[in-house]
Amino acid sequence: MNLWNKLMCYSRRRSPWLFHMNGGSCNGCDIELIASLTPRYDAEQLGVRLEGSPRHADILCITGPITHNAVGAIKVVYDQVFGPKAVVAIGSCPATTNVFIESRTLDGPLNKHIPVDVFVPGCPPRPDAIIQGVAKAAEILAERASKKLPVAPVVMPLVGEGCGGACACGGSGGCATKEVQA
Amino acid sequence: MSYKIPMGPYHPALEEPYKLDLICTGETVTDAKLHIGFNFRGIEHLAETRNYIQVIALMERVCGICSNIHTLTLCQAMEGLTALTPPPRAQYIRVVMAELERLHSHVLWAGIAAKLMGFKTMFMTCFELREKVMDILQAISGNRVNYSMNRVGGVNRDIDDPQAVLKMIDALEAEMLRTVIPIFTTSSTARSRCAGIGVLTHAKAISCGVVGPVARASGVGQDIRKAAPYAAYGEMEFDVPVQPDGDVKARLLVRALEIMESCKILRQALSKLPPGELFVGDGKFDFTKMVTTTSTSRVEAPRGEVMYSVSWKEGSRNPARVHVRTPTFAVMPAIRWMVLGARLADTPLIQASIDPCYSCTDR
Repeated sequence: MNLWNKLMCYSRRRSPWLFHMNGGSCNGCDIELIASLTPRYDAEQLGVRLEGSPRHADILCITGPITHNAVGAIKVVYDQVFGPKAVVAIGSCPATTNVFIESRTLDGPLNKHIPVDVFVPGCPPRPDAIIQGVAKAAEILAERASKKLPVAPVVMPLVGEGCGGACACGGSGGCATKEVQA
Repeated sequence: MSYKIPMGPYHPALEEPYKLDLICTGETVTDAKLHIGFNFRGIEHLAETRNYIQVIALMERVCGICSNIHTLTLCQAMEGLTALTPPPRAQYIRVVMAELERLHSHVLWAGIAAKLMGFKTMFMTCFELREKVMDILQAISGNRVNYSMNRVGGVNRDIDDPQAVLKMIDALEAEMLRTVIPIFTTSSTARSRCAGIGVLTHAKAISCGVVGPVARASGVGQDIRKAAPYAAYGEMEFDVPVQPDGDVKARLLVRALEIMESCKILRQALSKLPPGELFVGDGKFDFTKMVTTTSTSRVEAPRGEVMYSVSWKEGSRNPARVHVRTPTFAVMPAIRWMVLGARLADTPLIQASIDPCYSCTDR
């Protein structure tokens, strides 16, 4: 890897810009995503910025159980994001369709339509969990920028059950810590 | 010559997916069409396939901002079916949760309105303040969004130490009085951006049948908490702020004043919290014996009136029908009258001034 590639990887990891899409969400995860960008949680210190256009974004954050009406838009927006790109599914809805399972107006889960890199579970996930998921996606982004290899989807531990990456397990959920992350 | 500007469904100025087609002549909006349905999850149909207890968890996910109000209204409607009366302590805890939710919803709206005015600092200040409300909610319920406080016949969790919560509310009110309220009520920046735009006249407000803060900002002084008191609102003393102007500034003022009224109600409810049980019965309800076939409940949510109607089906564990009427559904048609004649640049602020929640409306 030459110096230019190294610089690109560093930059991608240090300034992941987000595009947020609501795929039929109840607003819970959307509000927590906004809360994670505001002073208390301050995701902006990781270089994260919420961007208005998918063409400026690196990471696509999708919430909600994916309604029929949203599928087309999600595919279009996914294609509009320039590579390398990463997709974060925020909340239990895009992963499993959650309580709305068996609804006839849903076309979920999300990985039926586009490849998902990070699943952040929770209904809704806490802002710390969202930041952790976005940080993981930024790592994946840098990895993609360097090797251009496909990366298997990551399921983040449920904050409140796992350690949330605080101990030696590195957030893989392998530890038995049951402490709630403050 | 007029031209059409489609806004949305995925637009940076919109928090949720919906589509606003604006017909413009020059810079002036001459007509507007609103398309919704991007959030349609079929919850009302799903409710017919779930049993009465599961419906509570399902309805909590109708809206992530006013989740408590939806379960409160549903539980009240189900209590009407089974003729249960929650104990006084549960009624008071319900009031506390509803008012805390109103606080966080109004502060959230103030933040989004500030962002749409181009006042990014205020947006951050509002969200920092909202975290203080979320702290109280988390201290009481353990959750930040879906509190799952309500059950049929009472509440699930107790407020162990009302004095500690009172202290948090004092700190919150002081902060509100110091930053948010003065800026929104006296700052010339905020006033010049929202005075006189998006006017909804008193007559139009009545003919559109708007509810909640939008109605109160147009001089229609209706509030379910006063008109048909539920939970423990009958024992609370509070005012209903009404503004006659009907513009965005009036809506801002009404919500700012409601924040102060909410603090007042919270202080009364927490200091008078009666002792006793949290719910009636042993937590097991016989849903085979209903006293009526259909029960309706109305509640004043942060955005206006929410109505739930639950119908009982004989010999079934599931309700026959759960009908929901949300405040945004009533306020939505008024957007057209607000944006007529407005400048195009003002439309994001005007449509946000009703505090829309399309995930409630679409369900």
